[in-house]
Amino acid sequence: MQDVRFQEGLKACINCGTCTAICAAASFYNYDPRSLVDTIQRRDDDEIIELLKSETIWYCGECMSCKTRCPRGNTPGLVIMALRAMSQDLGYFVESEKGRQQLAIKRTVGQWILDHGYCLYLEGVGTNLHPEQGPIWDFIQKNWKETFERLGGNYKGEGPGILRKIPEEALDEIRKIFDITGGTERYENIEKFSKLKAQELNLELKDGIDNEYFRHIYSNNNQSHERE
Amino acid sequence: MKAEGKQAIWKEYQKEIADDKYFYVRSCVRQNFFPGSETTFLRILREELGKDIYEHACHTTCTGIGYHGDIVPVDTMMTVVARQFAMMTEAGYENLVPSCITSFGIYTEVMDTWHHFPETEQKVRDYLWKATGREFQIPKNLAHASDIVFKFRKEIAAKAKYQLINKETGKPLKVVEHIGCHYAKMFPDKGIGGAEYPYVLTGMIEEWGGEVIDYPERRHCCGFGFRQYLVQANRGYSMSCSHKKFESMKPYQPDLILTNCPGCPMFLDKWQYAIAELEGKTYGANGQGIPVFTYEELAGLMLGYNPWDLGLQMHQVSCEPLMDKIGIEYNSETKYHDKNGNSLGVPEKPTVLKVSL
Repeated sequence: MQDVRFQEGLKACINCGTCTAICAAASFYNYDPRSLVDTIQRRDDDEIIELLKSETIWYCGECMSCKTRCPRGNTPGLVIMALRAMSQDLGYFVESEKGRQQLAIKRTVGQWILDHGYCLYLEGVGTNLHPEQGPIWDFIQKNWKETFERLGGNYKGEGPGILRKIPEEALDEIRKIFDITGGTERYENIEKFSKLKAQELNLELKDGIDNEYFRHIYSNNNQSHERE
Repeated sequence: MKAEGKQAIWKEYQKEIADDKYFYVRSCVRQNFFPGSETTFLRILREELGKDIYEHACHTTCTGIGYHGDIVPVDTMMTVVARQFAMMTEAGYENLVPSCITSFGIYTEVMDTWHHFPETEQKVRDYLWKATGREFQIPKNLAHASDIVFKFRKEIAAKAKYQLINKETGKPLKVVEHIGCHYAKMFPDKGIGGAEYPYVLTGMIEEWGGEVIDYPERRHCCGFGFRQYLVQANRGYSMSCSHKKFESMKPYQPDLILTNCPGCPMFLDKWQYAIAELEGKTYGANGQGIPVFTYEELAGLMLGYNPWDLGLQMHQVSCEPLMDKIGIEYNSETKYHDKNGNSLGVPEKPTVLKVSL
Protein backbone atom coordinates (compact mmCIF):
# COMPACT_ATOMS: atom_id res chain seq x y z
CA MET A 1 0.00 0.00 0.00
CA GLN A 2 3.07 2.22 -0.36
CA ASP A 3 2.30 2.89 -4.03
CA VAL A 4 2.03 6.64 -4.62
CA ARG A 5 -1.03 5.96 -6.75
CA PHE A 6 -2.98 4.80 -3.68
CA GLN A 7 -2.31 8.17 -2.07
CA GLU A 8 -3.20 10.10 -5.22
CA GLY A 9 -6.10 7.91 -6.21
CA LEU A 10 -8.07 7.39 -3.02
CA LYS A 11 -9.11 9.97 -0.46
CA ALA A 12 -12.25 9.13 1.51
CA CYS A 13 -14.59 7.75 -1.15
CA ILE A 14 -18.23 8.61 -0.41
CA ASN A 15 -19.64 5.68 -2.38
CA CYS A 16 -21.74 7.88 -4.66
CA GLY A 17 -21.20 5.60 -7.69
CA THR A 18 -20.39 8.38 -10.14
CA CYS A 19 -17.28 6.44 -11.23
CA THR A 20 -19.39 3.41 -12.10
CA ALA A 21 -21.87 5.54 -14.03
CA ILE A 22 -19.15 7.03 -16.22
CA CYS A 23 -16.95 3.92 -16.47
CA ALA A 24 -16.39 2.52 -19.98
CA ALA A 25 -15.48 -0.88 -18.49
CA ALA A 26 -18.62 -1.01 -16.32
CA SER A 27 -20.80 -0.60 -19.39
CA PHE A 28 -19.27 -3.73 -20.93
CA TYR A 29 -17.96 -6.00 -18.15
CA ASN A 30 -19.40 -7.20 -14.84
CA TYR A 31 -17.45 -4.44 -13.19
CA ASP A 32 -18.18 -1.83 -10.54
CA PRO A 33 -15.34 0.52 -9.58
CA ARG A 34 -17.41 1.92 -6.71
CA SER A 35 -17.55 -1.41 -4.91
CA LEU A 36 -13.89 -2.11 -5.69
CA VAL A 37 -12.81 1.17 -4.12
CA ASP A 38 -15.07 0.40 -1.17
CA THR A 39 -13.28 -2.92 -0.65
CA ILE A 40 -9.87 -1.22 -0.71
CA GLN A 41 -11.10 1.42 1.69
CA ARG A 42 -12.09 -1.26 4.24
CA ARG A 43 -8.43 -2.42 4.30
CA ASP A 44 -9.40 -6.05 4.85
CA ASP A 45 -6.31 -8.01 3.76
CA ASP A 46 -8.21 -11.21 2.93
CA GLU A 47 -10.63 -9.35 0.69
CA ILE A 48 -7.77 -7.54 -1.00
CA ILE A 49 -5.88 -10.78 -1.68
CA GLU A 50 -9.04 -12.18 -3.19
CA LEU A 51 -9.22 -9.12 -5.45
CA LEU A 52 -5.59 -9.54 -6.51
CA LYS A 53 -6.42 -13.07 -7.70
CA SER A 54 -9.68 -12.03 -9.37
CA GLU A 55 -10.76 -11.16 -12.89
CA THR A 56 -12.16 -7.89 -11.53
CA ILE A 57 -8.96 -5.85 -11.41
CA TRP A 58 -8.25 -6.55 -15.10
CA TYR A 59 -11.46 -5.08 -16.53
CA CYS A 60 -10.51 -1.38 -16.31
CA GLY A 61 -9.29 0.24 -19.57
CA GLU A 62 -7.37 3.02 -17.76
CA CYS A 63 -9.19 5.74 -19.70
CA MET A 64 -9.34 7.67 -16.39
CA SER A 65 -12.85 9.00 -17.01
CA CYS A 66 -13.42 8.32 -13.29
CA LYS A 67 -10.91 11.03 -12.39
CA THR A 68 -12.80 13.76 -14.21
CA ARG A 69 -16.15 13.13 -12.61
CA CYS A 70 -15.39 11.99 -9.03
CA PRO A 71 -16.64 14.70 -6.66
CA ARG A 72 -13.80 13.86 -4.24
CA GLY A 73 -11.06 13.92 -6.86
CA ASN A 74 -10.40 10.20 -6.51
CA THR A 75 -9.12 8.02 -9.32
CA PRO A 76 -10.23 4.38 -9.16
CA GLY A 77 -8.15 3.85 -12.33
CA LEU A 78 -4.98 4.70 -10.42
CA VAL A 79 -6.00 2.36 -7.59
CA ILE A 80 -6.42 -0.36 -10.21
CA MET A 81 -2.90 0.29 -11.52
CA ALA A 82 -1.47 -0.10 -8.02
CA LEU A 83 -3.45 -3.34 -7.50
CA ARG A 84 -2.28 -4.74 -10.83
CA ALA A 85 1.32 -4.00 -9.85
CA MET A 86 0.84 -5.88 -6.56
CA SER A 87 -0.89 -8.79 -8.26
CA GLN A 88 2.07 -9.24 -10.60
CA ASP A 89 4.71 -8.77 -7.92
CA LEU A 90 3.01 -11.39 -5.71
CA GLY A 91 2.28 -13.81 -8.56
CA TYR A 92 -1.50 -13.70 -8.07
CA PHE A 93 -2.18 -12.51 -11.63
CA VAL A 94 -1.97 -16.04 -13.06
CA GLU A 95 -4.99 -17.10 -11.00
CA SER A 96 -7.41 -15.32 -13.37
CA GLU A 97 -7.98 -15.66 -17.12
CA LYS A 98 -7.62 -11.91 -17.64
CA GLY A 99 -4.59 -11.66 -15.37
CA ARG A 100 -2.72 -14.40 -17.25
CA GLN A 101 -2.85 -12.16 -20.34
CA GLN A 102 -0.04 -10.06 -18.85
CA LEU A 103 2.45 -12.48 -20.39
CA ALA A 104 1.05 -11.71 -23.85
CA ILE A 105 1.51 -7.97 -23.29
CA LYS A 106 5.00 -8.50 -21.88
CA ARG A 107 6.07 -10.66 -24.84
CA THR A 108 4.78 -8.17 -27.42
CA VAL A 109 4.77 -4.55 -26.21
CA GLY A 110 7.27 -5.28 -23.43
CA GLN A 111 9.77 -6.89 -25.77
CA TRP A 112 9.33 -4.24 -28.49
CA ILE A 113 10.23 -1.48 -26.00
CA LEU A 114 13.56 -3.18 -25.25
CA ASP A 115 14.32 -4.30 -28.82
CA HIS A 116 13.07 -1.35 -30.86
CA GLY A 117 12.57 1.55 -28.43
CA TYR A 118 8.83 1.88 -29.07
CA CYS A 119 5.73 0.12 -27.74
CA LEU A 120 4.68 -0.99 -31.22
CA TYR A 121 6.69 -2.71 -33.90
CA LEU A 122 5.39 -2.56 -37.46
CA GLU A 123 6.23 -6.16 -38.31
CA GLY A 124 4.59 -7.37 -35.08
CA VAL A 125 1.15 -5.86 -35.64
CA GLY A 126 0.01 -7.67 -38.78
CA THR A 127 -3.48 -8.89 -39.52
CA ASN A 128 -2.56 -12.34 -38.16
CA LEU A 129 -2.87 -10.92 -34.62
CA HIS A 130 -5.04 -7.93 -35.66
CA PRO A 131 -7.57 -9.04 -38.29
CA GLU A 132 -9.72 -5.97 -37.61
CA GLN A 133 -7.05 -3.85 -39.32
CA GLY A 134 -8.64 -4.94 -42.55
CA PRO A 135 -7.52 -5.37 -46.17
CA ILE A 136 -5.89 -1.92 -46.20
CA TRP A 137 -3.44 -3.04 -43.52
CA ASP A 138 -2.69 -6.24 -45.44
CA PHE A 139 -1.84 -4.07 -48.42
CA ILE A 140 0.36 -1.73 -46.38
CA GLN A 141 2.18 -4.61 -44.71
CA LYS A 142 2.90 -5.96 -48.19
CA ASN A 143 4.18 -2.56 -49.30
CA TRP A 144 5.39 -1.06 -46.03
CA LYS A 145 8.76 0.07 -47.31
CA GLU A 146 7.33 2.01 -50.25
CA THR A 147 4.35 3.32 -48.24
CA PHE A 148 6.50 4.63 -45.40
CA GLU A 149 9.07 6.03 -47.80
CA ARG A 150 6.40 8.05 -49.59
CA LEU A 151 5.09 9.40 -46.28
CA GLY A 152 8.47 10.61 -45.03
CA GLY A 153 9.39 7.53 -42.99
CA ASN A 154 12.92 6.40 -42.16
CA TYR A 155 12.20 2.73 -41.51
CA LYS A 156 15.20 1.16 -39.73
CA GLY A 157 17.34 4.02 -41.05
CA GLU A 158 20.07 6.02 -39.33
CA GLY A 159 19.37 9.46 -37.80
CA PRO A 160 16.01 10.89 -36.73
CA GLY A 161 12.63 10.19 -38.29
CA ILE A 162 9.63 7.92 -38.35
CA LEU A 163 10.34 4.30 -37.30
CA ARG A 164 14.11 4.90 -37.46
CA LYS A 165 16.48 2.34 -35.98
CA ILE A 166 17.04 3.41 -32.39
CA PRO A 167 20.83 3.43 -31.83
CA GLU A 168 22.11 0.54 -29.72
CA GLU A 169 23.54 2.90 -27.09
CA ALA A 170 20.10 4.41 -26.56
CA LEU A 171 18.52 0.95 -26.21
CA ASP A 172 21.27 0.05 -23.72
CA GLU A 173 20.28 3.04 -21.61
CA ILE A 174 16.62 1.95 -21.66
CA ARG A 175 17.62 -1.59 -20.62
CA LYS A 176 19.74 -0.23 -17.77
CA ILE A 177 16.83 1.90 -16.62
CA PHE A 178 14.67 -1.24 -16.61
CA ASP A 179 17.32 -3.11 -14.59
CA ILE A 180 17.69 -0.39 -11.96
CA THR A 181 14.05 0.64 -11.52
CA GLY A 182 12.31 -2.71 -11.26
CA GLY A 183 11.18 -3.05 -14.89
CA THR A 184 13.34 -6.11 -15.53
CA GLU A 185 12.21 -7.66 -12.27
CA ARG A 186 8.55 -7.15 -13.27
CA TYR A 187 9.20 -8.84 -16.62
CA GLU A 188 11.00 -11.76 -14.92
CA ASN A 189 8.17 -12.17 -12.44
CA ILE A 190 5.60 -12.33 -15.22
CA GLU A 191 7.68 -15.01 -16.96
CA LYS A 192 8.32 -17.00 -13.78
CA PHE A 193 4.72 -17.23 -12.60
CA SER A 194 3.43 -17.81 -16.14
CA LYS A 195 5.74 -20.81 -16.56
CA LEU A 196 4.45 -22.34 -13.33
CA LYS A 197 0.86 -21.78 -14.43
CA ALA A 198 1.54 -23.25 -17.88
CA GLN A 199 2.87 -26.42 -16.22
CA GLU A 200 -0.17 -26.59 -13.97
CA LEU A 201 -2.50 -26.24 -16.96
CA ASN A 202 -0.40 -28.68 -18.98
CA LEU A 203 0.08 -26.19 -21.81
CA GLU A 204 3.34 -25.88 -23.71
CA LEU A 205 5.15 -22.55 -23.15
CA LYS A 206 8.26 -21.84 -25.20
CA ASP A 207 9.99 -18.52 -25.91
CA GLY A 208 8.20 -16.02 -28.14
CA ILE A 209 4.57 -16.01 -29.20
CA ASP A 210 4.29 -19.18 -31.27
CA ASN A 211 3.33 -21.63 -28.55
CA GLU A 212 0.28 -23.19 -26.96
CA TYR A 213 0.18 -21.12 -23.74
CA PHE A 214 0.59 -17.78 -25.53
CA ARG A 215 -2.16 -18.62 -28.02
CA HIS A 216 -4.39 -19.73 -25.15
CA ILE A 217 -4.02 -16.59 -23.04
CA TYR A 218 -4.14 -14.30 -26.08
CA SER A 219 -7.38 -15.58 -27.55
CA ASN A 220 -9.28 -17.53 -24.89
CA ASN A 221 -12.43 -15.93 -23.49
CA ASN A 222 -14.59 -18.07 -21.19
CA GLN A 223 -17.51 -15.69 -21.80
CA SER A 224 -18.14 -15.11 -18.10
CA HIS A 225 -16.89 -11.52 -18.05
CA GLU A 226 -19.44 -9.45 -19.88
CA ARG A 227 -22.66 -7.91 -18.66
CA GLU A 228 -25.87 -9.64 -19.70
CA MET B 1 -10.98 44.33 -17.23
CA LYS B 2 -12.23 41.84 -14.65
CA ALA B 3 -13.09 38.43 -16.08
CA GLU B 4 -16.60 37.41 -15.07
CA GLY B 5 -19.08 34.59 -15.69
CA LYS B 6 -18.25 32.35 -18.62
CA GLN B 7 -15.16 34.40 -19.36
CA ALA B 8 -13.77 33.64 -15.89
CA ILE B 9 -14.58 29.93 -16.21
CA TRP B 10 -13.00 29.76 -19.67
CA LYS B 11 -9.84 31.41 -18.36
CA GLU B 12 -9.24 28.38 -16.12
CA TYR B 13 -9.08 26.17 -19.17
CA GLN B 14 -6.72 28.16 -21.31
CA LYS B 15 -3.10 27.16 -21.23
CA GLU B 16 0.20 28.70 -22.06
CA ILE B 17 1.68 27.29 -25.24
CA ALA B 18 5.25 28.13 -26.20
CA ASP B 19 5.67 30.19 -29.35
CA ASP B 20 8.78 28.55 -30.80
CA LYS B 21 11.80 26.28 -30.17
CA TYR B 22 10.20 22.89 -29.62
CA PHE B 23 11.70 19.49 -28.77
CA TYR B 24 9.56 16.90 -30.58
CA VAL B 25 8.99 13.35 -29.33
CA ARG B 26 7.29 10.84 -31.63
CA SER B 27 4.39 8.52 -30.95
CA CYS B 28 4.44 4.71 -30.99
CA VAL B 29 1.02 4.49 -32.65
CA ARG B 30 1.13 7.58 -34.88
CA GLN B 31 4.44 6.53 -36.45
CA ASN B 32 3.09 3.11 -37.39
CA PHE B 33 -0.44 3.98 -38.43
CA PHE B 34 -0.30 7.66 -39.41
CA PRO B 35 3.28 8.39 -40.49
CA GLY B 36 2.06 11.08 -42.89
CA SER B 37 0.60 12.98 -39.94
CA GLU B 38 3.92 13.39 -38.14
CA THR B 39 5.60 14.35 -41.42
CA THR B 40 2.85 16.91 -42.09
CA PHE B 41 3.06 18.40 -38.59
CA LEU B 42 6.79 19.06 -39.00
CA ARG B 43 6.23 20.37 -42.54
CA ILE B 44 3.59 22.86 -41.37
CA LEU B 45 5.70 24.07 -38.46
CA ARG B 46 8.89 24.44 -40.46
CA GLU B 47 7.66 25.46 -43.91
CA GLU B 48 4.42 27.33 -43.21
CA LEU B 49 5.14 28.82 -39.78
CA GLY B 50 8.96 29.03 -39.81
CA LYS B 51 9.34 27.43 -36.38
CA ASP B 52 12.35 25.65 -34.87
CA ILE B 53 11.31 22.10 -33.99
CA TYR B 54 14.01 19.56 -33.22
CA GLU B 55 14.05 15.77 -33.02
CA HIS B 56 16.86 13.66 -31.55
CA ALA B 57 17.48 10.20 -33.05
CA CYS B 58 18.07 8.69 -29.58
CA HIS B 59 14.74 9.59 -27.99
CA THR B 60 12.35 6.67 -27.46
CA THR B 61 8.89 5.72 -26.33
CA CYS B 62 7.76 7.09 -22.95
CA THR B 63 6.66 3.45 -22.30
CA GLY B 64 3.04 4.69 -22.12
CA ILE B 65 1.32 1.66 -23.65
CA GLY B 66 3.46 -0.64 -21.48
CA TYR B 67 2.76 1.47 -18.40
CA HIS B 68 -0.99 1.49 -19.00
CA GLY B 69 -0.77 -2.19 -19.97
CA ASP B 70 0.68 -2.56 -16.45
CA ILE B 71 3.86 -4.42 -17.45
CA VAL B 72 6.05 -1.33 -16.86
CA PRO B 73 6.37 -0.15 -13.22
CA VAL B 74 5.80 3.47 -12.36
CA ASP B 75 9.46 4.07 -11.39
CA THR B 76 10.63 2.67 -14.73
CA MET B 77 8.18 4.85 -16.65
CA MET B 78 9.23 7.96 -14.71
CA THR B 79 12.91 7.31 -15.33
CA VAL B 80 12.41 6.79 -19.07
CA VAL B 81 10.47 10.08 -19.09
CA ALA B 82 13.34 11.71 -17.20
CA ARG B 83 15.69 10.48 -19.94
CA GLN B 84 13.52 12.23 -22.55
CA PHE B 85 13.77 15.41 -20.45
CA ALA B 86 17.55 14.95 -20.33
CA MET B 87 17.77 14.68 -24.13
CA MET B 88 15.71 17.88 -24.42
CA THR B 89 17.92 19.66 -21.90
CA GLU B 90 21.15 18.51 -23.56
CA ALA B 91 19.88 19.71 -26.95
CA GLY B 92 19.28 23.18 -25.47
CA TYR B 93 15.47 23.14 -25.56
CA GLU B 94 12.88 23.86 -22.85
CA ASN B 95 9.57 23.23 -24.62
CA LEU B 96 8.51 19.60 -24.98
CA VAL B 97 6.01 18.61 -27.69
CA PRO B 98 4.80 15.00 -27.64
CA SER B 99 2.98 13.59 -30.66
CA CYS B 100 0.84 11.34 -28.46
CA ILE B 101 -2.00 12.01 -26.03
CA THR B 102 -1.07 9.20 -23.67
CA SER B 103 2.51 10.52 -23.62
CA PHE B 104 1.14 13.99 -22.92
CA GLY B 105 -0.87 12.52 -20.04
CA ILE B 106 2.17 10.64 -18.77
CA TYR B 107 4.46 13.68 -18.85
CA THR B 108 1.76 15.66 -17.04
CA GLU B 109 1.31 12.88 -14.47
CA VAL B 110 5.05 12.65 -13.84
CA MET B 111 5.44 16.39 -13.32
CA ASP B 112 2.36 16.47 -11.08
CA THR B 113 3.65 13.52 -9.02
CA TRP B 114 7.02 15.20 -8.57
CA HIS B 115 5.26 18.39 -7.51
CA HIS B 116 3.19 16.64 -4.83
CA PHE B 117 5.83 14.06 -3.83
CA PRO B 118 9.22 15.77 -4.27
CA GLU B 119 11.00 12.69 -2.94
CA THR B 120 9.92 10.79 -6.06
CA GLU B 121 11.66 13.35 -8.27
CA GLN B 122 14.91 12.93 -6.34
CA LYS B 123 14.61 9.15 -6.53
CA VAL B 124 14.16 9.33 -10.31
CA ARG B 125 17.09 11.73 -10.68
CA ASP B 126 19.25 9.18 -8.84
CA TYR B 127 17.98 6.31 -11.01
CA LEU B 128 18.67 8.22 -14.21
CA TRP B 129 22.14 9.20 -13.10
CA LYS B 130 23.01 5.62 -12.17
CA ALA B 131 21.62 4.20 -15.42
CA THR B 132 22.84 6.80 -17.89
CA GLY B 133 24.92 9.52 -16.19
CA ARG B 134 22.38 12.07 -17.45
CA GLU B 135 20.78 15.05 -15.70
CA PHE B 136 17.78 17.08 -16.73
CA GLN B 137 15.62 20.16 -16.37
CA ILE B 138 11.85 19.80 -16.18
CA PRO B 139 10.28 21.28 -19.34
CA LYS B 140 9.31 24.92 -19.00
CA ASN B 141 6.40 24.31 -21.34
CA LEU B 142 4.58 21.08 -22.20
CA ALA B 143 2.19 21.18 -25.15
CA HIS B 144 0.71 18.35 -27.17
CA ALA B 145 1.33 18.70 -30.92
CA SER B 146 -2.35 19.56 -31.37
CA ASP B 147 -1.99 22.43 -28.89
CA ILE B 148 0.58 23.93 -31.27
CA VAL B 149 -1.75 23.55 -34.27
CA PHE B 150 -4.53 25.11 -32.16
CA LYS B 151 -2.27 28.04 -31.27
CA PHE B 152 -1.53 28.69 -34.94
CA ARG B 153 -4.98 27.79 -36.31
CA LYS B 154 -5.58 31.35 -37.53
CA GLU B 155 -2.25 31.45 -39.37
CA ILE B 156 -3.14 28.12 -40.99
CA ALA B 157 -6.59 29.48 -41.93
CA ALA B 158 -4.96 32.53 -43.50
CA LYS B 159 -2.88 30.28 -45.77
CA ALA B 160 -5.63 27.72 -46.41
CA LYS B 161 -6.73 26.77 -49.91
CA TYR B 162 -9.92 25.10 -48.67
CA GLN B 163 -12.49 25.47 -45.90
CA LEU B 164 -14.75 23.01 -44.08
CA ILE B 165 -17.70 24.11 -46.20
CA ASN B 166 -19.90 22.06 -48.48
CA LYS B 167 -19.23 23.45 -51.93
CA GLU B 168 -22.75 22.59 -53.15
CA THR B 169 -24.77 24.06 -50.28
CA GLY B 170 -22.32 26.66 -48.94
CA LYS B 171 -23.04 25.38 -45.42
CA PRO B 172 -20.44 24.43 -42.80
CA LEU B 173 -19.59 20.74 -42.65
CA LYS B 174 -20.72 18.89 -39.53
CA VAL B 175 -17.76 17.64 -37.52
CA VAL B 176 -17.57 15.20 -34.63
CA GLU B 177 -14.48 15.81 -32.54
CA HIS B 178 -12.82 13.32 -30.19
CA ILE B 179 -10.01 14.61 -27.98
CA GLY B 180 -8.84 11.31 -26.48
CA CYS B 181 -9.14 10.41 -22.80
CA HIS B 182 -5.62 11.16 -21.60
CA TYR B 183 -5.57 14.69 -23.04
CA ALA B 184 -7.65 16.22 -20.25
CA LYS B 185 -9.57 13.63 -18.20
CA MET B 186 -6.78 13.25 -15.66
CA PHE B 187 -5.65 16.87 -15.55
CA PRO B 188 -8.44 19.01 -17.02
CA ASP B 189 -6.62 22.30 -16.50
CA LYS B 190 -3.76 21.10 -18.72
CA GLY B 191 -5.98 20.73 -21.80
CA ILE B 192 -7.49 23.59 -23.78
CA GLY B 193 -11.13 23.72 -22.70
CA GLY B 194 -10.70 20.91 -20.15
CA ALA B 195 -12.39 17.51 -20.35
CA GLU B 196 -16.04 18.58 -20.33
CA TYR B 197 -15.94 21.36 -22.97
CA PRO B 198 -12.80 20.51 -24.91
CA TYR B 199 -11.76 23.26 -27.27
CA VAL B 200 -8.47 22.14 -28.78
CA LEU B 201 -10.07 20.54 -31.86
CA THR B 202 -13.22 22.66 -31.75
CA GLY B 203 -11.08 25.77 -32.11
CA MET B 204 -9.52 24.38 -35.29
CA ILE B 205 -12.87 23.26 -36.72
CA GLU B 206 -14.53 26.62 -36.13
CA GLU B 207 -11.55 28.56 -37.47
CA TRP B 208 -11.45 26.44 -40.61
CA GLY B 209 -15.17 26.91 -41.34
CA GLY B 210 -16.83 23.81 -39.87
CA GLU B 211 -19.55 23.26 -37.29
CA VAL B 212 -19.02 21.05 -34.22
CA ILE B 213 -21.63 18.47 -33.24
CA ASP B 214 -22.21 18.10 -29.51
CA TYR B 215 -23.60 14.56 -29.33
CA PRO B 216 -24.37 12.50 -26.20
CA GLU B 217 -21.34 10.18 -26.21
CA ARG B 218 -18.87 12.87 -27.26
CA ARG B 219 -16.68 12.22 -24.22
CA HIS B 220 -16.82 8.40 -24.23
CA CYS B 221 -13.56 6.52 -24.80
CA CYS B 222 -12.81 5.21 -28.32
CA GLY B 223 -12.17 1.84 -26.65
CA PHE B 224 -8.40 1.40 -26.78
CA GLY B 225 -8.32 0.46 -23.10
CA PHE B 226 -4.70 -0.72 -23.57
CA ARG B 227 -4.97 -4.41 -22.53
CA GLN B 228 -8.58 -4.33 -23.80
CA TYR B 229 -7.28 -3.96 -27.35
CA LEU B 230 -3.77 -5.40 -27.13
CA VAL B 231 -5.10 -8.87 -26.25
CA GLN B 232 -7.42 -10.38 -28.83
CA ALA B 233 -9.72 -11.99 -26.25
CA ASN B 234 -10.63 -8.54 -24.89
CA ARG B 235 -11.39 -6.70 -28.11
CA GLY B 236 -15.14 -6.86 -27.58
CA TYR B 237 -14.64 -4.08 -25.03
CA SER B 238 -12.78 -2.00 -27.55
CA MET B 239 -15.28 -2.43 -30.35
CA SER B 240 -18.28 -1.86 -28.07
CA CYS B 241 -16.93 1.55 -27.01
CA SER B 242 -16.51 2.71 -30.60
CA HIS B 243 -19.91 1.22 -31.45
CA LYS B 244 -21.53 3.23 -28.67
CA LYS B 245 -20.05 6.41 -30.11
CA PHE B 246 -21.07 5.64 -33.72
CA GLU B 247 -24.66 4.90 -32.66
CA SER B 248 -24.75 8.15 -30.70
CA MET B 249 -23.34 10.33 -33.50
CA LYS B 250 -25.16 8.73 -36.44
CA PRO B 251 -28.44 10.70 -36.12
CA TYR B 252 -26.46 13.94 -36.58
CA GLN B 253 -25.07 12.69 -39.92
CA PRO B 254 -21.52 13.95 -39.39
CA ASP B 255 -19.39 14.63 -42.45
CA LEU B 256 -16.20 13.69 -40.63
CA ILE B 257 -14.66 12.70 -37.31
CA LEU B 258 -11.63 14.70 -36.15
CA THR B 259 -9.27 13.16 -33.58
CA ASN B 260 -6.50 14.24 -31.24
CA CYS B 261 -4.91 11.02 -29.98
CA PRO B 262 -2.91 8.70 -32.30
CA GLY B 263 -4.91 5.61 -31.31
CA CYS B 264 -8.44 7.00 -31.58
CA PRO B 265 -8.45 7.57 -35.38
CA MET B 266 -7.15 4.05 -35.88
CA PHE B 267 -9.94 2.55 -33.77
CA LEU B 268 -12.69 4.80 -35.10
CA ASP B 269 -11.56 3.96 -38.65
CA LYS B 270 -10.94 0.23 -38.28
CA TRP B 271 -13.89 -0.61 -36.03
CA GLN B 272 -16.22 0.88 -38.66
CA TYR B 273 -14.80 -1.73 -41.03
CA ALA B 274 -15.13 -4.54 -38.47
CA ILE B 275 -18.69 -3.56 -37.47
CA ALA B 276 -19.68 -3.44 -41.15
CA GLU B 277 -18.25 -6.89 -41.78
CA LEU B 278 -19.72 -8.42 -38.61
CA GLU B 279 -23.08 -6.68 -38.37
CA GLY B 280 -23.63 -5.37 -41.90
CA LYS B 281 -24.01 -1.87 -40.48
CA THR B 282 -22.36 1.26 -41.89
CA TYR B 283 -22.46 4.81 -40.58
CA GLY B 284 -21.77 7.04 -43.59
CA ALA B 285 -23.75 7.64 -46.79
CA ASN B 286 -24.11 5.00 -49.53
CA GLY B 287 -22.66 2.11 -47.53
CA GLN B 288 -19.44 3.97 -46.78
CA GLY B 289 -18.14 4.92 -43.34
CA ILE B 290 -17.69 8.30 -41.70
CA PRO B 291 -14.20 9.49 -42.68
CA VAL B 292 -11.84 9.86 -39.71
CA PHE B 293 -8.95 12.32 -39.67
CA THR B 294 -6.03 13.31 -37.52
CA TYR B 295 -5.73 17.06 -36.91
CA GLU B 296 -2.48 17.10 -38.94
CA GLU B 297 -4.23 15.50 -41.91
CA LEU B 298 -7.06 18.01 -41.73
CA ALA B 299 -4.66 20.97 -41.47
CA GLY B 300 -2.75 19.58 -44.47
CA LEU B 301 -5.97 19.21 -46.47
CA MET B 302 -6.98 22.81 -45.69
CA LEU B 303 -3.54 23.96 -46.85
CA GLY B 304 -4.02 22.12 -50.15
CA TYR B 305 -1.40 19.39 -49.63
CA ASN B 306 -1.69 16.29 -51.81
CA PRO B 307 -3.94 13.91 -49.80
CA TRP B 308 -1.73 10.95 -50.71
CA ASP B 309 1.27 12.75 -49.18
CA LEU B 310 -0.78 13.09 -45.99
CA GLY B 311 -1.33 9.33 -45.88
CA LEU B 312 -5.11 9.28 -46.40
CA GLN B 313 -4.65 6.12 -48.49
CA MET B 314 -3.81 4.29 -45.24
CA HIS B 315 -7.36 4.69 -43.91
CA GLN B 316 -9.81 1.82 -44.25
CA VAL B 317 -12.78 4.22 -44.43
CA SER B 318 -12.38 6.23 -47.61
CA CYS B 319 -11.75 9.97 -47.30
CA GLU B 320 -12.91 10.80 -50.84
CA PRO B 321 -16.55 11.60 -49.89
CA LEU B 322 -15.33 14.37 -47.59
CA MET B 323 -12.87 15.71 -50.16
CA ASP B 324 -15.63 15.71 -52.78
CA LYS B 325 -17.94 17.69 -50.50
CA ILE B 326 -15.28 20.37 -50.01
CA GLY B 327 -14.16 20.28 -53.63
CA ILE B 328 -10.59 19.24 -52.88
CA GLU B 329 -8.67 18.29 -56.02
CA TYR B 330 -7.01 14.87 -55.98
CA ASN B 331 -5.84 12.24 -58.42
CA SER B 332 -7.33 8.81 -57.68
CA GLU B 333 -4.84 7.13 -60.02
CA THR B 334 -1.84 8.06 -57.84
CA LYS B 335 -3.43 7.00 -54.54
CA TYR B 336 -1.37 3.83 -54.20
CA HIS B 337 1.83 4.99 -55.85
CA ASP B 338 5.30 4.98 -54.30
CA LYS B 339 7.33 8.17 -54.08
CA ASN B 340 8.67 7.68 -57.60
CA GLY B 341 5.20 7.35 -59.11
CA ASN B 342 5.21 3.56 -59.54
CA SER B 343 1.95 1.77 -58.84
CA LEU B 344 1.89 -0.60 -55.86
CA GLY B 345 -1.38 -2.21 -56.98
CA VAL B 346 -4.60 -1.76 -55.02
CA PRO B 347 -5.86 -3.20 -51.72
CA GLU B 348 -8.65 -5.73 -51.67
CA LYS B 349 -12.13 -4.40 -51.04
CA PRO B 350 -13.95 -5.23 -47.81
CA THR B 351 -17.02 -7.42 -48.23
CA VAL B 352 -19.59 -4.99 -46.81
CA LEU B 353 -18.04 -1.58 -46.25
CA LYS B 354 -18.00 0.40 -49.51
CA VAL B 355 -14.67 2.05 -50.30
CA SER B 356 -13.13 4.17 -53.05
CA LEU B 357 -9.97 2.60 -54.46
